[in-house]
Amino acid sequence: MFSQLGHLPMDFLLIVAAVILASLGFIAGRLKAETFAFAGEERTHSRPNSHGYYVLMWALVPAVTILLAYVAFAEPLSKAWLRRELPAGFSVLSRGELASYLDAVARAAHIKGLVTGEHVFDTVTTRYDEILGTVNLATLGLVAVLSGVSLAWARARLGPRFRARVHVESGLEWFLFLCAALAIATTVGIVASLVFESMRFFAVVPATDFLFGTEWNAQTNAAFGALPLFFGTFMISFFAMLVAAPVGLYAAIYLSEYAGAKVRAVVKPILEVLAGIPTVVYGFFALLVIAPAVRAGALWLNTSLVEWGLAHGPVFAAQPTSALAAGLVMGIMVIPFVSSLSDDVISAVPQSLRDGAYAVGATKSEAVRQIVLPAALPGIIAALLLAVSRAIGETMIVVMAAGHRARISPDPTSDLTTITVQIVALLTGESEFDSPKTLSAFALGLVLFLVTLVFNLVALGVVRRFREKYE
Amino acid sequence: MDGSAAGNEVVVTPEPAGTLALGDAPRMDCRNVNVFYSGKQAIFDVSLPIPDRSVTALIGPSGCGKSTFLRCLNRMNDTIEGCRVEGEIIMDGKDINSPVIDPVLLRSRVGMVFQKPNPFPKTIYENIAYGPRIHGLAQGREDLDEIVEKCLKRAGLWEEVKDRLTVPGTSLSGGQQQRLCIARAIAVRPEVILMDEPCSALDPIATARIEELIDDLRKRYCIVIVTHSMQQAARVSQRAAFFHLGKLVEMGDTDQIFTSPRDRRTEDYITGRFG
Repeated sequence: MFSQLGHLPMDFLLIVAAVILASLGFIAGRLKAETFAFAGEERTHSRPNSHGYYVLMWALVPAVTILLAYVAFAEPLSKAWLRRELPAGFSVLSRGELASYLDAVARAAHIKGLVTGEHVFDTVTTRYDEILGTVNLATLGLVAVLSGVSLAWARARLGPRFRARVHVESGLEWFLFLCAALAIATTVGIVASLVFESMRFFAVVPATDFLFGTEWNAQTNAAFGALPLFFGTFMISFFAMLVAAPVGLYAAIYLSEYAGAKVRAVVKPILEVLAGIPTVVYGFFALLVIAPAVRAGALWLNTSLVEWGLAHGPVFAAQPTSALAAGLVMGIMVIPFVSSLSDDVISAVPQSLRDGAYAVGATKSEAVRQIVLPAALPGIIAALLLAVSRAIGETMIVVMAAGHRARISPDPTSDLTTITVQIVALLTGESEFDSPKTLSAFALGLVLFLVTLVFNLVALGVVRRFREKYE
Repeated sequence: MDGSAAGNEVVVTPEPAGTLALGDAPRMDCRNVNVFYSGKQAIFDVSLPIPDRSVTALIGPSGCGKSTFLRCLNRMNDTIEGCRVEGEIIMDGKDINSPVIDPVLLRSRVGMVFQKPNPFPKTIYENIAYGPRIHGLAQGREDLDEIVEKCLKRAGLWEEVKDRLTVPGTSLSGGQQQRLCIARAIAVRPEVILMDEPCSALDPIATARIEELIDDLRKRYCIVIVTHSMQQAARVSQRAAFFHLGKLVEMGDTDQIFTSPRDRRTEDYITGRFG
């Protein structure tokens, strides 16, 4: 029966164990507290529930710690054990070969009853399975013993004067702190992996070639000059902001200054729904509606310009996918970011300033243009910067509507490619993780991260200064 | 106290043949003004003549409608959604609520100073120059400079800020900001200045300066001031009107209101029995 237990999914078992221990701890703590809570003359320091939570806390700490340790160490530990038992013949394998062999064994062991027919491999797999079972069983035992001891110790401390409530409060604080720390640790981890992989890339390709080279042909490992990608990203973001900045800003002014309460109650949520549409849907729209329209317009201009005698041949490339199409749709996508944030900052301008403007005989548009907007300007700039960083990082629309050709071309109707499109292209499909081709994706990711980080930091700084001004 | 004042009906006392003559005609004459906020009535049938070149104080407990009434005089209530004003407010023979009156022009003639100083987030100079500029009152830069200087002098702020006209108006102290707002109001050459508790956010010294200023401005302008402070009303005003629950209870010369009020409620209020 126990050997069967060892083969259940361990993570699940450990979580069940933690829940059981927690419940036991709470009940044990509360029951003991009740024996003295209502008995003596003396008033107890903490309520019975606090005593219960205190024991629960101490029952959980070892269980959760072991669960995390298990996730991190169980497999490496089992592999190390197995390696020591391998027959002498395996010593001809190099470190790397041995590691991938063991990986294969571990994968096979996860698929129960898999028999490849290859005798040695099957034997090793079976042995690995046994070892893993033992490790699992030992882990469960360890959880039971350590948590049990911890629980008993906590329970023994309880008493009428024991300050259980204080301990529980500080325990909660620690828990909350760990949650916050997790988010930060994840960010740091992502940045670290980006930096680490990028350094491996820059060991092969000089950073100057990457940053200033004008030819990009990563798929064949031929050229890693990322300038065309930066150009494409910049161009498409530029078109996006050309749409989003005025439309979003005017929408915000209308909503915050002119729209009545009823109109606002309807329009604002609709505008915000726009932000919730999955970008892949915008991608369809770009590909099926806007890109053909841009192309048709470019073709018409090409023939017309020749007819009018302004040109001797086609002026525009008129590609089926184009920077302009992707930029326009991306602009529509970021409108809600601009309008919603700007609406907030415009609404935050104190009514007293508007009153002051009206009181010297300003008209509505004078008050808005000359008093309200200048007061809200820092916040509006922040909104625009956030929208830009959003546009730079956007992937799906450009993958579908901008094309894949890396080049520097001022023609908005020609196809371009962006940083994000290339990252997707480089990391999808078959890829080995130490060729410059895949590593270049990390370098691109790092550039993207740094650029958007700078935009966001500047925007946040601007917003903060604005907040200080009006409480 | 006479019997008619004991009831709850509006008592508009007849104009006393007092010391302060109204002149030929009041600067603004309010007749049967009613104000509704989203259908709920806030001002009930108020009739109040406002004499020129003197200070009229509107007094009364919180929520009595004195600020609402003040905002009728330059149609600031237009900016509040769901607010409706009935009755006549006559200025120069015309009802300011009639469709032929442009509220923007009206507000350039009837200026306003608010409870909390609200300088624009611009320089001191721009704060004053803003109004004359949008109304085209200045011929050129020199003319504008002159207006700014004159208004700041009249508001008693010139000596304190003449060397730093380019610093933001928001960097001044509370009392200075309020004087800046008064200078801003007189820069558009109004005929009437409305003040909505202009000293409630200021310390006693700053308050004293504003009160001196009001007394000085009275020589040129018609001033209507809303105040919570009985002492302030007594110090700065020549005429006083007591509001209670949206109704005008009593009006008259300030001396008379404070020494021999005709209505019981006025007496209770100014002696501090309620409010």
